[in-house]
Amino acid sequence: MINYFNPNNTLEIINKAQKYVFALFMIVLLLGLVEALILSPEDYKQSDSVRIMYVHVPSAWISLGIFSVISFLSFGVFIFKNKNFSLITKSLAPSGFVFSIIALVTGSIWGKPTWGTWWAWDARITSMLLLSIFYLMFIISWKITSEKTKAEKISSIIAIIGLINIPVIKFSVEWWNTLHQPASVNILEETTIHSSMLMPLAIMTAAFALFSLLIFLMKYNTELLKIKNKGLNRL
Amino acid sequence: MINEIINMNGYGIYVWSSFVFTLFSFGFLFAIVKINLIREKKTFEENFKQLNEEKIASAKRQKTYREILVNTSASKV
Repeated sequence: MINYFNPNNTLEIINKAQKYVFALFMIVLLLGLVEALILSPEDYKQSDSVRIMYVHVPSAWISLGIFSVISFLSFGVFIFKNKNFSLITKSLAPSGFVFSIIALVTGSIWGKPTWGTWWAWDARITSMLLLSIFYLMFIISWKITSEKTKAEKISSIIAIIGLINIPVIKFSVEWWNTLHQPASVNILEETTIHSSMLMPLAIMTAAFALFSLLIFLMKYNTELLKIKNKGLNRL
Repeated sequence: MINEIINMNGYGIYVWSSFVFTLFSFGFLFAIVKINLIREKKTFEENFKQLNEEKIASAKRQKTYREILVNTSASKV
């Protein structure tokens, strides 16, 4: 199973997939933008400011999802000693970091008309800021550590510690009194958002997921080329 | 119609700035990753051109190198 993810087997697929993922991303994004900015209705309370949800919520979901994957693969780095796991986590981090920043900035912009403030040291917002810091530490650990094995260990430890923050972000709105509203979209419980708003949200989430996949493929390709460049000298 | 979309009931500045920031971030990240990928491909091509015939033959026997060569102009060397 682990051998299936061997870079020697995946490079061909990665090279071909990039073009298709890019084309699909552009189509889904355009569809999502039309839905989010024009076709979807305004909210009876928040009016048109609710449209910020279509970039804020998918960004937050994807940044959380990517960090969870990075953390679990980091366990794999220690347990299976598989170098490819660290290559995958390293390639996932940039898009996860950018999505966490987008979630924070768009959340702040949404906060001004809704709560009357750009920022509050509220549990959800603070834990989300912490996620961005964990992403930053993870990326920096690869930049500043010259020895690859050491960088793998440090970045994996950061990702594993950061995993504690994921349930804190998720349940912060239930555990503490926060400005942030509880989740409107639930998998196990009834979703409280109307289908006319759920549809653009789903399309934008798909577009953002495709973008993170595209960035991952390109970054993974770059990392493989770096390794193969070093390998040329040893032929 | 267009004025309504731009103004968004007075929330236009918030909505548009959120979408513009998101799309700008996408473009910025894509550009950085793409530039790094192109740079790494160029480095590979330069290194490959400097190999002797024996090493080129050895590289071409390996699946991963074959796949990289298909996607770089070094395959035409």
